[in-house]
Formats: sequence, structure tokens, C-alpha cells
Amino acid sequence: MDSKIEIKEFLEFVYSFYKTMRDHQVVLVYEGVVTHQIIKAFTSLTETSMEAQMEAPSTLKRVFHVMVECLQNLSKHAEFIESDNTSLHRDGKGIFLLSKGSVNYTVTTGNAIGKEKIPSITTLLDHINSLDKDGLKELYKERIKEGRLSNKGGAGLGFIDVARKTGSELNYHFLPINDEYSFFVLSTEILRNN
Amino acid sequence: MEVIKIIKTDDTPSVTLDAQNDLFEISGRSLPEDVAAFYEPILDWLDRYSKKPNDKTVFNFKLVYFNTASSKLLLDILLKLEEIYEAGNDVLVRWHFPDDDEDMEEAGEEYADIVEIPFEQVSYPID
Repeated sequence: MDSKIEIKEFLEFVYSFYKTMRDHQVVLVYEGVVTHQIIKAFTSLTETSMEAQMEAPSTLKRVFHVMVECLQNLSKHAEFIESDNTSLHRDGKGIFLLSKGSVNYTVTTGNAIGKEKIPSITTLLDHINSLDKDGLKELYKERIKEGRLSNKGGAGLGFIDVARKTGSELNYHFLPINDEYSFFVLSTEILRNN
Repeated sequence: MEVIKIIKTDDTPSVTLDAQNDLFEISGRSLPEDVAAFYEPILDWLDRYSKKPNDKTVFNFKLVYFNTASSKLLLDILLKLEEIYEAGNDVLVRWHFPDDDEDMEEAGEEYADIVEIPFEQVSYPID
């Protein structure tokens, strides 16, 4: 294959990637392993840029909150499919996107999971989405009281907290990768209080 | 008793536990990489303190942010304080929140609902 054609294709991909990001108002995108250092870097980067844009402190706090919980979900639970689509291992790899629209911010994560986890995640997310503010508060209190930290350091409160902080539905979707694994996409919106 | 004095970082709070000078405070941000490891010495200290507590313990929480993993450990601290209170000692939790931060105020109310200890909400102006 002519390498000049390959290079040209890649450069064209960069332009279309740029346009796609602009179309979807993506201000931050990351694919890879989510470490504690990454979480700190992204949240502080976002804070600084939101402050510079005079975003309301309450919006800033909520975006910060949701980013931390979603990124920690990735670092603790994300699994990764080898490029041959056969093996899966937990390595905290996933995709993270932050988009900024005129009325809201959207935090989106995507990661591979074993299909056997789909029913329990679906049940939990549907339950959270069916609850109002007080219902979520009760569920949170119930969970924190009975909760023990898992060996991954999670308290099982992340999704509930995200729903409470955003006040909007947790949008999710499972896309089949193969017979065993699916790609789990979770997206939440935070209203801009300006 | 020995004094615990931890200086805050970007992701861990300041902690002062000084029984002799009646200082008990956690302030700042809490999203440690390893929450259990960060809070373990604090909970151990409270365990030892509960054996021979001061007549009155005023514990100040002045957090601006904590993640859900930290929220469980904060409850563990409050449960230790509850034990001290239930053993017949005077305990007061003062929950400080920035006056524009409803979420932090609500977090205090929720903890106050869960544990049976005198609980005081204190708002402070942000600079």
C-alpha cells in the first residue's frame, strides 16, 4: 500500500474527527486507562476552563462531582476487549467525553463489560431513573448505611449520586461487541445555571 | 494521646485530631486515591480516643467536596462519634458548609438523620 495515501487518509481522518467533535460540542475526549492522576488532571482542567468562562459555581461543582464519579466508575469497573475481540480483562480502560451545549454539560463514559452484568446494571439504572428527588435521597441513605466499601474502593453509591447531582435521567445503552461482551455507554446532563 | 495533623492536598482534606487542645476537624476536599488507606489512621485514632474521651468533643466538618467513596468513611467517623455519645459523653458535630452550597448543606442534613448525635449546621460566607 502506498504510504502517502495512508498518511493522507489519516490527515483527513483528523479533520473529520475535529468536525465530529465540533458538531457534538465535545470539549474533552479521552480514550485509555483512567488513573487517579488522569481524574485529577481532567477535573482541574475543566474547573479552570469553567471558571474562565464565568460558569456558575453550582454548575461547576456539579460537573466536577459527576466527572469524578463517572471517571472512578471507569477506573474501577471498565474492562477491555483485545483487538481480536476474544479476551477481556479489567484494566480501567474506556472512553470519556465532556460536551458543552448552550443549556447543559454532558458527561459520557463508555467501556466494555461482560454481558452477564447487563441485567443488574439495567435494573439499578431503571430503578434510579424511576425515583424522584426524595426517592433518590432515601435510596442513597439506605445504601450508605448498609454499604461496605468494595475491594475496589467503591461504595456502590456512584450512579445514585450522579442522578442526584444532575437531576436528570441517566441515559444508557449497551452495544453488542460479540457473544460475551457489550459496550456500555452512560450519559448524563448537567444544566447550566447561568 | 498523640496528635494527628494532616495538611490538605488537592485530593485529601486537612485533618486535626488533638484531644489535649480540644481540636477535632476535617476540612477541604476528599477524593483520595485510596480512601480506606487515608481514613484508616483517623478511624484507629478515634477508636483509641473513644476509650477515654474528653468530657466534651466538638467535631468540625468543613468540607467543600467529597466523593461517594469518601462519604462512606465520613459516616464511619460519625458512627464512632455516636458510640462516644452513647457511652454518655458530650458530643457535638458542627457541619460547616459554604452559604451558597445547598448540596453540602443537604449532605449534612442527611448525616444528621442517620446518626443519633447532636448536630449543628453552620453556614459560612465564601470569599
